[in-house]
Amino acid sequence: MIILVKNGHIIDPSQGIDGVGDILIEDGKIKEVRTQNTPTPTLPHRGGGQGWGGDSELRTIDAKGLYVLPGLIDMHTHLREPGFEYKETINTGTTAAVRGGFTTVCCMPNTYPVNDNASVTEFIIRKAAQEGLCTVLPIGVITKGQKGEELAEMGAMRDEGCVAFSDDGYPVTNSLLMRRALEYSKAFSVPIISHCEDLTLSEGGVMNEGLLSVTLGLKGIPAEAEMIMVYRDISLAELTGGRLHIAHVSTEGSVRLIRDAKKRGVDVTAETCPHYFSITEDAVTGYNTNAKVNPPLGAKRDVEAIKEGLRDGTIDVIATDHAPHHIDEKLQEFDKAPSGISGLETALGLSMKLVDEGILTISQLVEKMALNPARILNLLVTGPKGTLKPGADADITIIDMKKEVKIEAAKLTSKGKNTPFDGWVLKGMPVVTISKGRIYEWQ
Amino acid sequence: MLKKKDLLGIKELSLEEINLILDTAAGFKDVLGRDIKKVPTLRGKTAINLFFEPSTRTRTSFELAAKRLSTDVINFSVPMSSVVKGESLIDTALTVQALGADFIIIRHPSSGVPHLLAKKLRASVINAGDGTNEHPTQALLDAFTIREKKGRIEGLEIAIVGDITHSRVAKSNIYSLTKLGSKVRLIGPPTLIPKEIEGTGVTVFHNMEEGLKGVDVVMMLRIQMERQGKGFFPSTEEYFKNWGLTPERFSLAKEDAIVMHPGPMNRGIEITSEIADGPRSVILEQVTNGLAVRMAVMYLLAGVRR
Repeated sequence: MIILVKNGHIIDPSQGIDGVGDILIEDGKIKEVRTQNTPTPTLPHRGGGQGWGGDSELRTIDAKGLYVLPGLIDMHTHLREPGFEYKETINTGTTAAVRGGFTTVCCMPNTYPVNDNASVTEFIIRKAAQEGLCTVLPIGVITKGQKGEELAEMGAMRDEGCVAFSDDGYPVTNSLLMRRALEYSKAFSVPIISHCEDLTLSEGGVMNEGLLSVTLGLKGIPAEAEMIMVYRDISLAELTGGRLHIAHVSTEGSVRLIRDAKKRGVDVTAETCPHYFSITEDAVTGYNTNAKVNPPLGAKRDVEAIKEGLRDGTIDVIATDHAPHHIDEKLQEFDKAPSGISGLETALGLSMKLVDEGILTISQLVEKMALNPARILNLLVTGPKGTLKPGADADITIIDMKKEVKIEAAKLTSKGKNTPFDGWVLKGMPVVTISKGRIYEWQ
Repeated sequence: MLKKKDLLGIKELSLEEINLILDTAAGFKDVLGRDIKKVPTLRGKTAINLFFEPSTRTRTSFELAAKRLSTDVINFSVPMSSVVKGESLIDTALTVQALGADFIIIRHPSSGVPHLLAKKLRASVINAGDGTNEHPTQALLDAFTIREKKGRIEGLEIAIVGDITHSRVAKSNIYSLTKLGSKVRLIGPPTLIPKEIEGTGVTVFHNMEEGLKGVDVVMMLRIQMERQGKGFFPSTEEYFKNWGLTPERFSLAKEDAIVMHPGPMNRGIEITSEIADGPRSVILEQVTNGLAVRMAVMYLLAGVRR
């Protein structure tokens, strides 16, 4: 099939494109991109001189007045399958992903069983090929059983399709083992994604430590619990030359530590999530379990620092940390409710606010949500993804900046309705998502 | 009139509401002094004590307060219930409500549980202590006792001594006593006083002698033995040496200062027997006043328009 996306405002930082133009897609790949001042793409010939294969094979999408972006890549997603299908499945999670403008999601390994060997990786890839609406790239664990005791078979998981390794939700507390992980993973050129938390310091904590945690009577987690581990991991990356990526940065101090490390030339990248730059710990007021997330929502100064980190490039990536939970699990004692926010369908709209506020250009936003994840996960080579260059996978997100959408938690596509953004009005929601040439459209 | 059907915490109450409860409690205290201590005020109502934590005094006090108002009262204690079989909190509470409860008096180790139930239930939820958040009826009975003994609360210097971090009694007292216009000092080891708490308008002292100078009221808190050896303080002996209330230390307070304790006390750890049993101790009167205050709370909540 041939798809022609016409007259859209194309943003592709990988080629420095920011202008109105057309994109031609053939057989699930980008064939050609033309912007103003260059002619409309030449439609390829099909069959002996019969034009280009007949009208039935051409699908034209009029993108006039819309932004056309490389498909977004979420490098931190929880699809919950296998094991927790009551929270989310590969099918429902990828449905939420394309609804949110994502054409690739990288699923974290904290499933049951955990993705700590090639057979689990193979299961996820196979299931995603059968039931997924977009590309699913698994992330394997660093240590067997996520236990922090011995390295998992990274090579075998890499061969089966894992693009990174992480003990998601847990740090590797043993510094020697973390050193080995950063060293060993170099053999496969894959990043180690670190959940930075000093568990002894955060023990029992359920929200950010401060006056609010005191007045709510909830045990606080000091910002230092994240910072201490960020500093350790940066030190180990410096020691080993390993590829370190820091997950869900949430505090002012961590931004500072990463900025300093980058200045020194340490090979470290970092992500944050929309909730860390959109809301503060105040969202917890009234014991709102939908605002319970780990790391916890920070203070105003943390939010400001995260925005500055995004602006100056300290933070490379915006990821969702999409963590769907069943409604009964969130309808519990605050202490007992699981942490996490269902984030795939609000991430783009919340991030667009940064463009509105002048913190990022739309092109920089695409870097954070498509190009940089592709770079970090080596997807500019395989696929390629995160770019609209000819030959790349036909992954495209088309958004309407003029349209406002009111978020209704109960109506989220994801099984997880756990969002603190219920009732928010967001702009820039996708109207068309194309994943490897498959078209999904909404009114 | 109270504005809400529930008593969740002092934070949620206005100064007028606090005073209304205290004034109403004074009337009920008269009833308790009579030969026949029971009034028919809330006949036909049902109160259920839903306690997820062990408690004798608070539960008994609520039970007796309900009975004095002619309200039927049932104790729903957790080890006997289906909670141990894995029933969710909400399901337990809905079941209790379906039994016809007008008041659900809840104690729970997690902060915010009364707030969660209040949203889901038609019944009046009364917080009898949630996690390290609040214990509002304790603070109300403390304010009642201070007002009765001192004639006023405004302008008084009140010291709260001990484990502030883990004390819902301290939290509720901070909110109520500052709303009522007194100056609150917190005294204790730095490991047991969160540094952010000064944001509530209190003054923090780590030195007991300094903190006690010239105060009108000394409110001691129970030191929980399980905090020992967990990094909060090395031993109860060392705690007593630094923060125990001895006659020498108490002499630094005003001459007519009173001593309070929410109980149960650890004699020889946070307080000496001489002080606890001494002439300026109002500890047992607090218990009696607790009944009057809890009667007032139930009476006023029953009158809230739904």
